[in-house]
Amino acid sequence: MRYHPHTPDDVRAMLEAVGMKSLDELFRSVPEPLRLRRPLDVPPAADEIALLAEFRAMAAKNRVEHPPFLGAGCYPHHVPPAVDQLVLRGEFFTAYTPYQPEISQGTLQALFEWQTFVCLLTGMDVSNASMYDGATATAEAALMATRLTGRKRIVVGAAVHPEYRKVLATYLASTGDEIVTVPYAEDGRTDLAALERAVDGKTAAVIVGYPNFFGVVDALPEAAALAKKAGALTLSVTSEAVAFGLLQAPGALGADVAVGTMQSFGNSMSFGGPAPGFFATLEKNLRQMPGRIAGSTVDKLGRRGFVLTLSTREQHIRREKATSNICTNSGLTALAAIIHLSLLGKKGLFQLARLNHARGRLLREAMGRAGFPLRFSGPTFNEMAFEVGDAEAVVERLAHRGIAAGAPLGRWYPDDPRMKGALLCAVTEVHTPEIIDLFAKSVKAS
Amino acid sequence: MANPTGWKPTMEKGGGPQGPPATGAGGATSGLVLEEPLVFEHGSRGRTGVSLPDPGPAPDLAAELPRGLLRGEVEGLPELSELEIVRHFTRLSQWNWGIDSGFYPLGSCTMKYNPKSSEALARLPGFAAAHPLLPASMCQGVLELMWRLERALSEIAGFAATALSPAAGAHGELCGLMIIRAWHLSRGSPRKKVLIPDTAHGTNPASAALNGYAAVPLQSGPEGRLDPETVRAAMDEDVAAIMITNPNTLGIFESHIAEIAGIVHGKGGLVYGDGANLNALLGVGRPGDMGFDVVQYNLHKTFATPHGGGGPGSGPVAVKEPLLPFLPLPVVVKEGETFRLVTDPGERPRTVGKLREFWGNVGMFVRAWALIRELGPEGLKRTAELAVLNANYVRAGLRGAYHLPYDTDSLHEVVFDDALQKEQDVATMDVAKRLMDHGFHPPTIYFPLVVHGALMIEPTETESKETLDAFVAGMRAIAEEAKRDPEAVKAAPTRPIRARLDETRAARKPVLRWTPGMKVE
Repeated sequence: MRYHPHTPDDVRAMLEAVGMKSLDELFRSVPEPLRLRRPLDVPPAADEIALLAEFRAMAAKNRVEHPPFLGAGCYPHHVPPAVDQLVLRGEFFTAYTPYQPEISQGTLQALFEWQTFVCLLTGMDVSNASMYDGATATAEAALMATRLTGRKRIVVGAAVHPEYRKVLATYLASTGDEIVTVPYAEDGRTDLAALERAVDGKTAAVIVGYPNFFGVVDALPEAAALAKKAGALTLSVTSEAVAFGLLQAPGALGADVAVGTMQSFGNSMSFGGPAPGFFATLEKNLRQMPGRIAGSTVDKLGRRGFVLTLSTREQHIRREKATSNICTNSGLTALAAIIHLSLLGKKGLFQLARLNHARGRLLREAMGRAGFPLRFSGPTFNEMAFEVGDAEAVVERLAHRGIAAGAPLGRWYPDDPRMKGALLCAVTEVHTPEIIDLFAKSVKAS
Repeated sequence: MANPTGWKPTMEKGGGPQGPPATGAGGATSGLVLEEPLVFEHGSRGRTGVSLPDPGPAPDLAAELPRGLLRGEVEGLPELSELEIVRHFTRLSQWNWGIDSGFYPLGSCTMKYNPKSSEALARLPGFAAAHPLLPASMCQGVLELMWRLERALSEIAGFAATALSPAAGAHGELCGLMIIRAWHLSRGSPRKKVLIPDTAHGTNPASAALNGYAAVPLQSGPEGRLDPETVRAAMDEDVAAIMITNPNTLGIFESHIAEIAGIVHGKGGLVYGDGANLNALLGVGRPGDMGFDVVQYNLHKTFATPHGGGGPGSGPVAVKEPLLPFLPLPVVVKEGETFRLVTDPGERPRTVGKLREFWGNVGMFVRAWALIRELGPEGLKRTAELAVLNANYVRAGLRGAYHLPYDTDSLHEVVFDDALQKEQDVATMDVAKRLMDHGFHPPTIYFPLVVHGALMIEPTETESKETLDAFVAGMRAIAEEAKRDPEAVKAAPTRPIRARLDETRAARKPVLRWTPGMKVE
């Protein structure tokens, strides 16, 4: 076994040193009735060549030869090879939480840079060192809002990602907090009149997608103004972070907290995880922010260095009074995100965001020519819903041809008959104009 | 790039007073490591590190997007070439210590070798480029992998089924307690309290609080084990569950676990197992056969998925038969020869719901399944045996040089303290920092809280006898040095790129980001 360096001589010498006669004796503190006296029922060991063959065969059953026309919270972006080659440096990926800062300065500076990137993109003052994903970041933001306001009602737009809303409901099931869902309007944005009716002096937070689940750039400034009037926090949720290269930062539009995922930068889709959740807010909310935070300081020779800080908010110090129970977060995927963001830089992000928006326009035009109008009239970035008749049937037919056609919105909105024909499609820089055109024609031919 | 801090290096004599040992026990010498500013602090206007297609003629964006929502270039983003970025992150990596660098005996974190082939497998396009909402007919391969992993994990820990989705150990705890709460609720009342021994994993109290439970601490007995009578005295019909880490964070097996489980079950409570230390029991014993009702795995510990500088982890949760209806969604099922994710609560009306977006940290599932496949049943058991052998070998080697607060048998990890060094005013923190100068990552320190000045050492099975011998030599050298020259130990570390950092200052005047125009000192 290549991961077990022990020779029979080593084992003998080591057993002698510890004063035991056998490996089995090492477990004498485990009472006999609790011992497993049969081999585990798992497949026999595979050598590396067999392992590769087995996994290749399994991987080949996943149809990924064409870029999917799917977004819905996870986006097929191009990741420059430099990202993965740097992430694979063992000093990064085989390290753990930087408990010992003197030999973890690489991780710590990278986290400080992550926090900076998140703040620059979202227009917020402070960021933590990452969350599990966008959905749990949203739930944690809602919990933070209840702590800050002392109120127990969360108002969430129905156009916020349905998975995020489900996770929010799961987290709030045992806290006694209440969730009020506000409908979307015909343009795919949050229904502001309904929002105004729902928000009052009992509201802790208003949650808006930006862009929202339909790919529509929601009315964040208007929603934030309504929340502010009622003394509630505004939580802006973003799962397609490339949009920050084209759209105004949530912090500039009145949001108090910006959360979501940075999967779009540096991370493969990997069937939905892992990817880095982000959490940023205003300075005044810092002490209630969940999760680890890196901060700058000096060493005893006066040199700049970084440490984990403000840990009195965290589970290992505050125990049951902590702001969250999060410990391990999404460090390596956050690193991948900032390597990609560094490569892009100011010019590259500007270009990438406009490219994505341009590809979205191509899709809209191609689908329009094929006879599929937009489901919602609101402004979009690189994702939008089309009226295609029977969306499930379209997806099934294109799947036979190895094409992932999009997400039928009726799955998440079964009670809205208008959604039966709605197919949510996304495109990015990996979808060439030719492929987009071919796709629209395929939808029509199906 | 020049030194951004303005700090002027001084020549230090190796081996001199308070300097590092000429060559550390782990082979540490000096190397060429470069200073590197923040990525935002250098570069030149107009540089970029990417190659992108031309977006075509610039359209009138103002006609398509609402006024005030359009943004120009994001101020402050870096302007660097690809090589500059590559050097930046290469240099940062050189300031770090990973398992690939050397011994990393961080107790209860199971820092074992992360196989390179697992990384290659997780990067197969069929897995890495799979969108989570692919139609089931287009993702049978990854669903099959999830199903096989689920079956294997359930067998390894002895449970009916496993939900793979929780994102890390603490997330698994949260999920496990939600299941327990839902089960109690289905029988009338969620109950009010959760019992947590002082040797349990550190995240447990916060996980209980998030579920609305009061955390009731329990004291372990003089042997470092939980006494059944302690549990009996605390147990009543307000207690929803007890959370036990077994072996506990002292590395000691809770031998009374069956009796304790009986007491808790007798009052209608459930037993939660924190699986952080499951590495000690692979193929040797199964939590499901010991009275546990729910357990979470830490794939990044036991099953060698990379720790990544603090994640991503993966914390699947396994349950006994009566708790099956409450598992979070999705669950993966096999119907005939087809695999499917159950995501609709209509099919599982009593589910606690969804814990995270999509289906879990699937990239970690690929790596964990690869390890299980490569180890097989004998290799899994051998893993536990060698992990326990290694911990006991270190324990034997350090006996006498460091104080052992509990003489009870150790499994996969052993906890010493600084009682002997206190006489020279040398503390655990100093020993930990001096270990760096020898070329080792320090153990977990000051945890568990039940031991003052704890040094919690978990070598794992992937370390060789020679590495352990070198570590023991380093630890013994520090113990000797503490008697002879305590100031040298207290001045450590001297070899890493930074000396001890001022954590008080960091917390008192928080600087948590860079801002355009700002000088981060």
